[in-house]
Amino acid sequence: MRGRRLSWPRGGGRLLATLLGDWGWALRRGALSLCLGLSLLPALAQAQTREQAQTQRQPGPIEARQRYGPKGVPAMVLRSTTDIKVLGPTIDDFVARNPGVAVDFQQWGSNDLYAATARDCDAGRPAADAVLSSAVQQMVELVNRACAQPYRSSLTASLPAARRWRDEIWGVTLEPAVIIYNTHLVPAADVPRTRFALLDLMRRSDRRYDGKIATYDIEASGLGYLFAFEDSLEASTFGSLIEGFSRAHAVATCCSAEIIKGVSDGTYKIAYNVLGSYVNARRDPGVGVVLPLDYTLVLSRGYMIPRGAGHAAWAERLVDFLLSPAGQQDLSRAGLVMVSRTDEGTPPESVLRPIAITPVLLVALDAQKRAQFIRRWRDVFGR
Amino acid sequence: MAEALPADATWSLKRRVGLGVLALLLLGGLVAAVAAFAYGKTAARESYDRLLLGAANDIAEAISIHEGQPVVDLPVAAFQLLALAPDDRIWYTVRGPMGHVLTGEDGALPNDLAPGKPSFFDGRMNGAPARFVSLPRRFAERAFSGTIRVTVGQTLRARRAMALGLTRDALVAAALGGVLLLVLALVVVARALRPLAQVAEGLAARDPHDLTPMQTAVPAEAAVMVGAMNRFMGRLDRQVGTMRNLISDTAHQLRTPVAALRVQAELAAEEPDAARRAQMLSRLQRRTRSLGELLDQMLSRALVIHRTDAARRVVVDLRDVALDVIEGRDHELVAPGREVVLEIGEDPVEIMGDALSLSEAAKNLLGNALRHGAGAVRIGAGFEGGRAVLWVEDSGPGPAPEVLARIGERFEKNAASTGESAGLGLSIARQVAEAYGGSLVLRPVPRGFRAALVLPGAGA
Repeated sequence: MRGRRLSWPRGGGRLLATLLGDWGWALRRGALSLCLGLSLLPALAQAQTREQAQTQRQPGPIEARQRYGPKGVPAMVLRSTTDIKVLGPTIDDFVARNPGVAVDFQQWGSNDLYAATARDCDAGRPAADAVLSSAVQQMVELVNRACAQPYRSSLTASLPAARRWRDEIWGVTLEPAVIIYNTHLVPAADVPRTRFALLDLMRRSDRRYDGKIATYDIEASGLGYLFAFEDSLEASTFGSLIEGFSRAHAVATCCSAEIIKGVSDGTYKIAYNVLGSYVNARRDPGVGVVLPLDYTLVLSRGYMIPRGAGHAAWAERLVDFLLSPAGQQDLSRAGLVMVSRTDEGTPPESVLRPIAITPVLLVALDAQKRAQFIRRWRDVFGR
Repeated sequence: MAEALPADATWSLKRRVGLGVLALLLLGGLVAAVAAFAYGKTAARESYDRLLLGAANDIAEAISIHEGQPVVDLPVAAFQLLALAPDDRIWYTVRGPMGHVLTGEDGALPNDLAPGKPSFFDGRMNGAPARFVSLPRRFAERAFSGTIRVTVGQTLRARRAMALGLTRDALVAAALGGVLLLVLALVVVARALRPLAQVAEGLAARDPHDLTPMQTAVPAEAAVMVGAMNRFMGRLDRQVGTMRNLISDTAHQLRTPVAALRVQAELAAEEPDAARRAQMLSRLQRRTRSLGELLDQMLSRALVIHRTDAARRVVVDLRDVALDVIEGRDHELVAPGREVVLEIGEDPVEIMGDALSLSEAAKNLLGNALRHGAGAVRIGAGFEGGRAVLWVEDSGPGPAPEVLARIGERFEKNAASTGESAGLGLSIARQVAEAYGGSLVLRPVPRGFRAALVLPGAGA
C-alpha cells in the first residue's frame, strides 16, 4: 500500500524555479520600495519587534525560508509552495494576532514538498506542522494514505464540501484559471468570453491567432496538468479544444510567469488556463483577464496538518485564521482569494467550477492515466 | 378517591402496569436496537459493496490491450462512484497475470481469491479497517492472454455512518411507537380499573348501617372481591341480627320471670309465717336456678350462632365430642346419680366443624334427655347410611307428637314461664346441625327416643 513514488510532475522543479524567478523580479521591486521606506522611517523600523529579515535562499529542497513571530520560542513549521512574499503578510498578521506563536515559513517546490511529506509520513516523524500546496491532487493523495490528522472547527465545517475532505485537508484559497489576452493586440470583438469563442478564434481562416495562443505545457507544469485534467472532466469541449490548439499551432509552454510575460509583450496574443492570482499580482494594464463564462475552474490550495505534528494546535489555529474573515481578507489582498472583480466584470457564481478536493483527484495521479493523457497531448502538439 | 390511602397500601395497579409495560418496552427497544444495528450493518455492507464492485467493474471495463500490453484508462466515473462514500479513503491496484502492478498501489493481496468471480474481503488500509473487492478480467486475444485483476478498497466510515443512521431511524420510530403504546396502555388500564373505582365510590358513599349486598354487575376479577365483600357483609348482617335477637329474646324472656321473682321475694319478705316463708324461698330458689339455666342456654345459643358463622371449620371427630360431653360431667349437676352410657366405635367419625359448637349442641341434647327422658341415657357417635351421626337416646317414649311438631323453634313461649328450656336446647342443636349442612333428627327408636345430629362426613 505504501511506497508509491510517482515522479510527478517531471518538469515541476523547473516550473517553480522559473516562476520564482519571475516572482523574484516582481518582488525585488517590492523589496526595494520596502528598503526605501525603512530608510526613510528608521524609527518605525526600530519600533518593529518582529523580524523583517530578507528572505534567504536556501540550499536543498527548501527554496526560501523566513521566520515570523517572537524569537527564542520554538516555531511551527509551515511548508508551502506559495511564495513567501505573497503569503508572508498573511502569516505576519497571524503571528500578530496570536502572541507567543512563531512560524518558520519554508517555501518548497511542490514535488519536493510531496516527496518530503510522504517520507516523513512513512517514517512517522513529521518535520512540518502544516503543509499548504497548490498541487491539491498530491495533498489528496497524502490524506488518502493517512498522512494527515483530522481537525474540525466551526470555520472548517462551514467550508463547502468541495473544499474539504475527511476534515483532514481544506482548500483555503480561491484562484481562478483564466484566459488572458494582450489588450493592444486583441480587438474587443475578438476577446473570447467562453471556450467556444476561443475555439472559433482558433478555427478562423484568417490565421490571425496562428501560433499566438499559449497554454501550459502539461508535461512541464503540474498546475497545467491539473487544469487540463479538470477540463477533461468538465466538458466535452475539451476534445475540440485540443484539436483547436493543434489547428492554431498553439504553443504549449512552461510556467505562469513566462506565459503572462509573453502575453504582456505581445509574443502571445491569448493564453488559456493561466492561474488568475499570478496575473492579478502583476497588475499589468497590457494584460486583460477573462473568466470564461461557460465555466471557470477555481483552484483551492490544500492545507493539511501532518499526522503527529508537534505544533498541531498552532497549525489548527493557523487554518482557522486563514479561513476567518481577517485571514481571507489578507489572502484576498495577496491575490489568493478571488474577489468578485475582474477587468471584464464578474461572471455569475454558477459558472465557477471549484476543483473539488475529493479522492477523484487520485485519478489524475494514476501513472497510466497520466501517461495516456500526455500521449494524447503530444499527439495534438505534434511532439 | 382523593381521600388518604391506608399507609400500607402497595403500588397502584396503574403504576404496576405502567412500569411493567415500560420495562417490556425497554427490553423490546434493546432487542430492536441490536436487531436494527445488525440490519443496518448488513444493509450498509450490501449497498457499499455494490458501489465497490461497480467501481471495480468500471476499472476492469477500462482495461484494453494496446500493442500487446494491457493499458488501464482509469475511469473518473469509478472514483466518482467511490466518492459517494464522501469521507472514505480509497485503495486500488490493477495487477497483470504474473501479479505485477500495472497501475495503482503495490502491496500484498490475499491468496484465496476466487478465479472466476469477484471476491470481497476485509482488511486494513493504513491502519484503518477497510473493505475490498477483487475482480478478475480475462483476456484471450492474439496479442495478450491472461487474467488481469482489479482490486479496489475503501475504508468503512460511510458504512458505519449508514448503519448508525439506519439504527437511529429505526430506534426513533420504535421510541415513538413505544411512547404511544405506553400512553395507550395507561388509558386502557385506567378504563379497565374504572369498575374498581366505582366499587370504592359505592362503598364510600354507603350508609354505615347498610349491610345489603352490593351491585355485582362488575368484571369477573372485581366480582370475586365484591362477592367476598357481600359474603362478609352477609355474615356481619346475620351476627348483628343474632345480637338483636339475643337482646330482644333476653329482654322478653327475662322480664316476666324477673318480675315474678321480685314479687315472690317481696311476698316472702312480708310473709309472717316461717313455714310458708321457707316454702316460698325454696320455690324462689328453684325459680332462680331455672332462670340461670335459661340464661346459660341463651348465651350458649348466641355463642353457637356466632361460632358457626365465624369460627374456622376443622376436622372434628364426633367421638371426641361425645367423650368430652361425658367427661365434662355437667349432666351430674342436672341429674345427679343418673347413669349415662357412652357408645362409640373404633373408627373415627370425622366432620368439618367447630368442636365447641358441636359440644354445646350435644350437651343440650344430653340435658334434655336427662331432664325430660326416662330410664337409661346413652350418647354415641358413628356413621349411619354414609352420614356422621352424634346421638343421644333415652329409654322413654319421647315427647308428645304435638310438642314434637313445634319443637326446635327459636324458643318456646312457655319455656321461660315454666322455667323449662327444652325448646331452646333443641333450637341450638338444630342451628348447629344446619350450620354444618346437616339436620336434627328426633324420632323414636326401639330402645326409646333418639335425638341425633346427622351431618355430612369430612370426606363428603
